[in-house]
Amino acid sequence: MVIEFGHYALVLAFALTLVQSVLPIWGALIKDERLMAVAPPVSVTLFVLVLLSFVALTGAYLNSDFSVLNVLENSHSAKPLLYKFTGVWGNHEGSMLLWVLILVFFGALVGAFGRNLPADLRAVTLSVQGWVSAGFILFLLATSNPFTRVANPPLEGADLNPILQDIGLAIHPPLLYVGYVGFSITFSFAVAALILGRTDAAWARWVRPWTLLAWGFLTLGIAMGSYWAYYELGWGGWWFWDPVENASFMPWLAGTALLHSAIVMEKREALKVWTVLLAIFTFSLSLLGTFLVRSGVLTSVHAFATDPARGVFILGLLCFFIGGSLTLYAWRASTLKQGGLFAPISREGGLVLNNLFLTAACAAVFVGTLYPLVLDAVTGEKISVGAPFFNLTFGPLMVPLLLALPFGPVLSWKRGDLAAACQRLYAAFGLALVLALVAFWAWGMEMVLAPLGVGLAVWVMAGSVSEIVTRVKFFEIGPKRGFARLVGLPGSAWGTAFAHFGIGVTVLGIVTASAFQEEHVRTMRPGDTVDLSGYEITFDGAAPRRGPNYTEEVGHFTIRQGGAMVTELDPSKRIYTARQMPTTEAAIHTVGFSQLYLSLGESRGDGAVDVRVYFKPFITLIWIGCVIMAFGAACSMADRRLRVGAPKPARKRPSAPVAAE
Amino acid sequence: MTRKQRRLMFIGSAGAVLAVALGLILFALNDQIVFFQSPSDIVTQSVPPGQRIRLGGLVEEGSVIRSDNAEVSFRVTDLENTVAVTYKGILPDLFREGQGVVTEGVINPSGVFVADSVLAKHDENYVPKEVADALKDQGHWQGGESAAN
Repeated sequence: MVIEFGHYALVLAFALTLVQSVLPIWGALIKDERLMAVAPPVSVTLFVLVLLSFVALTGAYLNSDFSVLNVLENSHSAKPLLYKFTGVWGNHEGSMLLWVLILVFFGALVGAFGRNLPADLRAVTLSVQGWVSAGFILFLLATSNPFTRVANPPLEGADLNPILQDIGLAIHPPLLYVGYVGFSITFSFAVAALILGRTDAAWARWVRPWTLLAWGFLTLGIAMGSYWAYYELGWGGWWFWDPVENASFMPWLAGTALLHSAIVMEKREALKVWTVLLAIFTFSLSLLGTFLVRSGVLTSVHAFATDPARGVFILGLLCFFIGGSLTLYAWRASTLKQGGLFAPISREGGLVLNNLFLTAACAAVFVGTLYPLVLDAVTGEKISVGAPFFNLTFGPLMVPLLLALPFGPVLSWKRGDLAAACQRLYAAFGLALVLALVAFWAWGMEMVLAPLGVGLAVWVMAGSVSEIVTRVKFFEIGPKRGFARLVGLPGSAWGTAFAHFGIGVTVLGIVTASAFQEEHVRTMRPGDTVDLSGYEITFDGAAPRRGPNYTEEVGHFTIRQGGAMVTELDPSKRIYTARQMPTTEAAIHTVGFSQLYLSLGESRGDGAVDVRVYFKPFITLIWIGCVIMAFGAACSMADRRLRVGAPKPARKRPSAPVAAE
Repeated sequence: MTRKQRRLMFIGSAGAVLAVALGLILFALNDQIVFFQSPSDIVTQSVPPGQRIRLGGLVEEGSVIRSDNAEVSFRVTDLENTVAVTYKGILPDLFREGQGVVTEGVINPSGVFVADSVLAKHDENYVPKEVADALKDQGHWQGGESAAN
């Protein structure tokens, strides 16, 4: 009964999206206030309905209601409660329902808190959001209905893919979806701007926080996905340039560019046309990611069970939204007014440079990801484009970007002074140079790239610190007043500093973990010891153990350093009973920022087992840097001056343009 | 500078960056991509030793020999031809005899494929798409249509 109720709520939600798609925008075009006023309550109701249907599905999972096909195929009564809950989105239908839930949630936020937006902008934005919602709810109902019942329910379900039975499933998809879907709001705003033919101060003010929100969550989602793959798959890799990873990385790159160009637009009213295009691109790449991952074009743990009809449907949605918005752009972009002028050496110029390199890098990733698919479809020839391609294309494009990065925030708007900027950065440059030279001296001639990488990372980190320090003139005015001024700095300044510092931290982690990782693969018998990076790793033996829904063979290892015990590690090989599927559970010991990583391979009989041991220096910096970046986004969002509810700028239009006309 | 000059300059620098990016992409596509080959392709087309390729097929029944130091050798077959493969490292969880596998590496001068990575992904029913297509080409595909996805 509850399931039918949830299904009904979803159908009703679809009907409401049709209302939302048509009435408000019609109202905006014929300037009828009553029609425009339909949008906010409808968007909130829509959210409530989808939430009800999500709750209904969650209930079915928690109660192990195997009369629901989706639960039957993806759950098991012996599964721990947490995984029953997270299993709701550990499958195609449920994860799309979560996608839609977040989509309508954001629509409801605009509806509920958009009072200070011009009425027509809000109405059109919500209508566009309605089109997206309608498309995806229809996709759910037509091809991926999570509420399908089975006639004769069996007693037991097929269980969730064991790789997904992990805390990571509770965190990674929701974070990633908030990021992906958050960009739908900027997309809707961009399309609304094109339809209405104007972008005003209110537009930029709304777009910036949404971009920040989506970008921050996407950063966390990608980092979490990377860490999850790192510890769960047992290969010890944190990024594979796998198409599924690239699918989330492309919106991130485009979103990063959008974040920066939106600043120019907000502060200087320049780059309007470009920002609108980037907003369209970013969400298009999110849609493309959804298509690649969900349609079964790629085989991966993300693909779940696939069905050709779904792929075609998503491809249709993709073509409609991307093609439609780009056509609209081509037709209407010229109506947007040009903004302020600026010299090439200026804050704006720096941000343009950032956009250039980010979009070029995004294009490189795009080609590397899609070329094999297109080639296969057209000629049937099968190739794989892996890490070497991306290292050769993406890497060189990132280097100038990182070199230029510290200059951006210290240049002034409109016309900058390069000499003054250098003066504010010479300490950072000196530090980077010294550390690179020290690294060079310490590691010798074989490693040429690693010291340069370290220098680059330090340059970015020190650059963002020195920007803050020189901005408040910390050393000139003394620490006491300096601290007072640091506290008084606007959130957006801190946001920039933290986000840029985080980039440096991540780069440092990438450089050290790739250049100085040590690895051993050995067949070990009980009593054997391997030496790795100053650790002695002794295999004590393996023993079977039973978990709630799996059995496992646990290897016991003692880690010593100079004879003194450091820790004990227990990596294991699990067999999940319901699917008879093996998984590898790595054991990780964190020392400072570095990690010792053990995973088990095949058991050889006679107690011998294959063991893979890694030492990964400073690898956790990769993910810590991402968290710092997301924190920067949060700082920037908390900036009082930029808060949406902040006092209106004097130049803003009256909030009800209809009345004015 | 006039507005027009500035615009020209931006377009020029954008063009320069894009040209560099395009150059890198084309160069890398020429050099860094890895072609997928079935055992029959390798036997009939003589791939030069040292060229990186992806070899896919089924792990031949009874061919897996494990030796010490985590070394393993096996044969990959498309039911027409077979290629001997050696690999040092941990095999993926779902590596089984008779199951689909994709390996990446180079052929050494004695004709043995030295793999540096072995993929058998994520799902017990999964046959890599390339392998399924290669088997279909050889007329040996027995799975359902859906298993290829």
